[in-house]
Amino acid sequence: MSDYLEKLDHVTDAADPAYGDTEIQNYTINFGPQHPAAHGVLRLVMELEGEIVERCDPHVGLLHRGTEKLIEYKTYMQALPYFDRLDYCSPLGMEHSYVLAVEKLLNLEVPERAQYLRVFFAELTRICNHMLNLGSHVMDVGAMTPNLWLFEIREDCLNFFERASGARMHSAYFRPGGVHQDVPLKLLTDIADWLDTRLPRLFEDAMSLVVDNRIFKQRNVDIAIVSKEDALKWGFSGPMLRGSGIAWDIRKAQPYDVYDRMDFDIPVGTAYDCYDRFMVRVEEVRQSARIMKQCLNDMPEGPIASFDRKVVPPKRGEMKRSMEALIHHFKLYTEGFHVPAGEVYVATESPKGEFGVYLVSDGSNKPYRCKIRPTAFSHLQAMDFMMKGHMLADTTAVLGAMDIVFGECDR
Amino acid sequence: MAHSAPKIVNPEGIAEEIGAILGSMLVEAVDHADELTFTVAREDLANAMVALRDMGHYQQLMEIAGVDYPDRAERFEVAYHLLSVTRNHRVRVKVSTDEDTPVPTVTHLWPVAGWLEREVFDMYGVVFDGNTDLRRILTDYGFKGHPQRKDFPLTGYVELRYSEEDKRVVYEPVKLAQDFRSFDFMSPWEGAQYVLPGDEKAAAPAVPAASTPKATESKADTGAGDAANKKAEEKSAEAPAKPAAATDEGKGAAKPEDKA
Repeated sequence: MSDYLEKLDHVTDAADPAYGDTEIQNYTINFGPQHPAAHGVLRLVMELEGEIVERCDPHVGLLHRGTEKLIEYKTYMQALPYFDRLDYCSPLGMEHSYVLAVEKLLNLEVPERAQYLRVFFAELTRICNHMLNLGSHVMDVGAMTPNLWLFEIREDCLNFFERASGARMHSAYFRPGGVHQDVPLKLLTDIADWLDTRLPRLFEDAMSLVVDNRIFKQRNVDIAIVSKEDALKWGFSGPMLRGSGIAWDIRKAQPYDVYDRMDFDIPVGTAYDCYDRFMVRVEEVRQSARIMKQCLNDMPEGPIASFDRKVVPPKRGEMKRSMEALIHHFKLYTEGFHVPAGEVYVATESPKGEFGVYLVSDGSNKPYRCKIRPTAFSHLQAMDFMMKGHMLADTTAVLGAMDIVFGECDR
Repeated sequence: MAHSAPKIVNPEGIAEEIGAILGSMLVEAVDHADELTFTVAREDLANAMVALRDMGHYQQLMEIAGVDYPDRAERFEVAYHLLSVTRNHRVRVKVSTDEDTPVPTVTHLWPVAGWLEREVFDMYGVVFDGNTDLRRILTDYGFKGHPQRKDFPLTGYVELRYSEEDKRVVYEPVKLAQDFRSFDFMSPWEGAQYVLPGDEKAAAPAVPAASTPKATESKADTGAGDAANKKAEEKSAEAPAKPAAATDEGKGAAKPEDKA
């Protein structure tokens, strides 16, 4: 009808191409803070043109609990459980950086069995973490079944953590000087059986549904391509950096504990997109299982914590019988140990990337400053740059491939 | 090297090499626990970082950490942690600043610095010159103060709750049923920072003998003031003065936590 009227008015498109069009403005939407695909409390303020993301401003800090401030008021031992609660999907990965930082300041030697146990459980944590991430990534882009299967594996992992430390998630198992307690032999044999049978069966089954799935590929291939240069500039680490084709893994490059004795491969991406990041994690699960098997083969018998009684408290049974042990036990659980003044930055390869602890000591029993370098912080910051020009629906794929947990990002 | 922390091998002559790269920008170089720290002049920071990135091949900026030393003239230290993935090496670059002096930004070198600088600004109030997006990041919208400063209390100043009357979240001054218990574990025999009760007498200089002995012969000499003198006279007229002791017994004992 309007065209007909325009014709009567002799108005042509050539005279004013915009005539008759409705003016479309960019609009801004809130993604989150309560959104199931936001993996926690993320608020993304997105500017959209139609369905294309023009700008994306992540607002973080909704889960900020002041961990770094609290740690300054706690002894070195009391500060440890805060690390479980940072990245609550991979608690032992967080603890690992912290105990190594404290040991580096103390220059404390850790018995071999404790080092093996740490590597062993750090890799179990990696599997546990990747189960959650891979599963939720798949679910974010529309598939339900693999997530349920992968949670089966995750449940197994959590049961193993419970048997080792007494807690399913917040283990507080790694301690400066070693680990808290030895594991029963039955647990190790059970994990060995699990690594041989249940893990590969469930995991490969679930992956067979996903990795060649047409819909999954449509949602992930060529989404959020990050070149090597950009990945370096944006401070990427871990699977995000490897997904961008840089073979960098702190476990290989700067080995800690007994990683230098382990034989494993580092997967890297070739197309630098979300699909590559996913596949890097898939391969890491297999490599982690490989490392765990080597640990089981090589793990020696022996003490599980340093005998330096000025740092590691004696066991309770010993405390009941020996006067010296009673004194040490009391002193270490009230006052804690003093750490020589100095500063270290210790970064380990947590399941999500480089998790660093910058520890400044003034020689007292409390850290003067404990700066935590979260992996998600720099990854999330690149969200704007990665999302530019993509569709709104790709947000969940990009977020899923970043593997973000807000306990760690916001601290 | 007894510990099992990540092995970082300092390449031969790396300290001299970086010293040469930094040249006059370098203020101090420290090698502690196999980690190299280079303090540079604040105004040269951006140039030093360009040199380290391009000539030293430190491609990645992993972390910017603020530290607060309230006793220093320039109380804040900003530590940049650089990583070279080609040389497999880490260095730390430090600058110091105070509340008002801005630190040059490095966002033009590494875009990742944007949020890291925002965090240092949020937590310490260090201003970064050239960072175009210096908003608060981790604290609440409209938060006041810089929580990581050593003079900021652990509990903060405000707490919030959902108010049923107002149907919204309200802020209130923080009220705690019990104070945070902070124990002082410093051994009195190993350089305690405080004076033990009674020790101040030994340290105090001997009081010089007065030329004329102090005496209170009249009420005016007590120094209590006219009002008190008048009051005292009234009372003594009515009843004999009651001894003030006996009720105070035991209260004079020193409380160690008060001294801390």
